[in-house]
Amino acid sequence: MMVPEPLEQMWVDDDAGPVVRHYAMTSGRTRPTRGEFDLITLIMAARAATASNAGLQPEHAAIVRLCQNPMSVAELATQLDLPLGTVRVLLGDLLDRGLIRTRSPVSATQLPTERVFKAVLDGLRSL
Amino acid sequence: MVSGHSDFGVDLGVDDDALPTALKILVAGGFGVGKTTLVGAVSEIQPLLTEEYLTDESVGVDDTAGVEMKATTTVAMDFGRITLNHDLVLYLFGTPGQDRFLFVWDELALGAIGAIVLADTRRLADCFPSVDYFERRGLPFIVAVNCFEGTRLFEPAEVQLALNLDPGVPVIMCDARRRDSAKETLIALVEHAMKTAWGQQDEPATVS
Repeated sequence: MMVPEPLEQMWVDDDAGPVVRHYAMTSGRTRPTRGEFDLITLIMAARAATASNAGLQPEHAAIVRLCQNPMSVAELATQLDLPLGTVRVLLGDLLDRGLIRTRSPVSATQLPTERVFKAVLDGLRSL
Repeated sequence: MVSGHSDFGVDLGVDDDALPTALKILVAGGFGVGKTTLVGAVSEIQPLLTEEYLTDESVGVDDTAGVEMKATTTVAMDFGRITLNHDLVLYLFGTPGQDRFLFVWDELALGAIGAIVLADTRRLADCFPSVDYFERRGLPFIVAVNCFEGTRLFEPAEVQLALNLDPGVPVIMCDARRRDSAKETLIALVEHAMKTAWGQQDEPATVS
């Protein structure tokens, strides 16, 4: 006789994993074709990001929609509910097509300048 | 439009200097010490970043994320944003438990300007791993004692001694629930990081 699985071991709905596997959205690619895309690299949609959309996934369009104002890669991952690796590949595609603009963080490799520190302090004090 | 040089003299290749630049600060400390509260007190947004988002493992291989997720707990990190001016955005990242998520710490700490280690004097030992981590990594940090109601107040010097901190590491008192206190805590860290980097004298402390 079959013993029914305890409820907590049944994988239904979200627990069963995504319907579309992440690698399918990226055609199996694990690295973006272009760009570094740090956690806090800021992304913004290019002016009229309506150009040729052939070959783009709904997720590409969602990124363009979300990035009407500058948004970090980390925020995009949470908004799209996708792992960073997937988001980075999608961003590489968009950069290739000129549909987004990007700005790397201040200090990924070096200390911020004194001027940056002072600007941060001024900004915090005026909050 | 696309320029190799940002306003701040950093050569960034394909970067578009018409966009703002981002910086980050980490908020560490033991479980339940008030990291979420502190980030929430000053942030414009309240998303949660999970360690699941940070892993790249689910890309490219037959994805079993949904299966693994049953056996492991997904750890959420608090994640906040403060727009400082038209050109600078500050991100705050609450760090998850260190035991299993060291890879997350390494990714978060890379390029951070510094860290706030939140401490609860009832469980001071909970912040030892964070203090150790930032000392080893050489990342500037301060210790902010979250003054919970009903806890005995310790002098900063007592906390400094108990944690065996380098005398240069500032210890301040804060109330993570209050926006102005959270703001002063961030200011104290940035002043300390600037002093560490550029040898500036701290301005007189205005810590509440």
